[in-house]
Amino acid sequence: MSTATDYLLHLADNALVLGQRNAEWCGHGPILEEDIALSNVSLDLIGQARLLYQLVASLQGGDATEDKLAYFRDTGEFRNYTLLELPHSGPLSGYAHASLDYGTTIVRNFLYSALMALLWEALEKSANADLAAIASKSLKEVRYHLRHSRDWLVRLGDGTDESHARTQAALDHLMPYTQEFWTGSPAEAAAVAAGIGVDLQTLKADWDGIVDAALTEATLKRPLLEGYVSEGKKGLHSEHLGFLLAEMQSLARAHPNGNW
Amino acid sequence: MTTELKEWPLWEVFVRSKQGLEHKHCGSLHAADAAQALDMARDVYTRRQEGVSIWVVPSAQITASNPDEKGELFDPAADKIYRHPTFYEIPDEVGHM
Repeated sequence: MSTATDYLLHLADNALVLGQRNAEWCGHGPILEEDIALSNVSLDLIGQARLLYQLVASLQGGDATEDKLAYFRDTGEFRNYTLLELPHSGPLSGYAHASLDYGTTIVRNFLYSALMALLWEALEKSANADLAAIASKSLKEVRYHLRHSRDWLVRLGDGTDESHARTQAALDHLMPYTQEFWTGSPAEAAAVAAGIGVDLQTLKADWDGIVDAALTEATLKRPLLEGYVSEGKKGLHSEHLGFLLAEMQSLARAHPNGNW
Repeated sequence: MTTELKEWPLWEVFVRSKQGLEHKHCGSLHAADAAQALDMARDVYTRRQEGVSIWVVPSAQITASNPDEKGELFDPAADKIYRHPTFYEIPDEVGHM
């Protein structure tokens, strides 16, 4: 693995895994308009993943393809944040009967979009021209994802007692996983040194500002962070990623050279 | 007596295409308020690059003519062909009318 491909795979896996997760809402959205909105978000993310995998495949050369990278790598080879692979269900048993919890979906999309709106903007200046171009395209998309998820965060947080409680529970559940954003990895450090990547520590103050402003508007309380810091970007995942990949990869693996 | 509003209100969506000069009605959707209606219109009605500008209007705010009065309202214009300005040559400098 070269410096660039390791870092690019981290970005690509983030987009693919969250795209796959959000796609679970397709046909199950709370209302028709939201169903379409979330499918749009998914397609944007999968589109970003495709561009990044194509770039990795061209750097690797040989018989590497975007499909091989997406469908024929196993759990331990994926470099996405653990946050993005978690299911859409909240941690409260009273609410967890709903396997798809929209508050969880919205909180996660908000926390990740707030990061990527900053990161894609910074990556527009990447020393890798292809990555800089992908960043420019993705920035427009993620700005809308942030707008969409922030809007719902405020509506749900500052909504009914029920929606407030569920959104706060989702926030308490997911926020600790954002600690992974701010702990370094060898791939990130190497990419920063090479001028390809961005040191996320330089974005943290802005991210805190975006998050705190939205949470205040949504009347939600920012949980204190402590305890376990997830390490998905180093390939150490929760048990949930295996199930997600099994569903996503099974068709391609059953028909390895299939075309459709 | 007040009845609880169970469904979000309906909004009419108007989209202006890249080539068009006017916003054209393209459909309707349910949304909690105007800002949300705009976002949803973006997702529902401009996915295939249909537009560069969106208007949303509360459907309840539209006053419509009565279909039963179609005859008296519109038929009398049918035989007044002289009202169509097709007999004039419009100079190029005038541009779009």
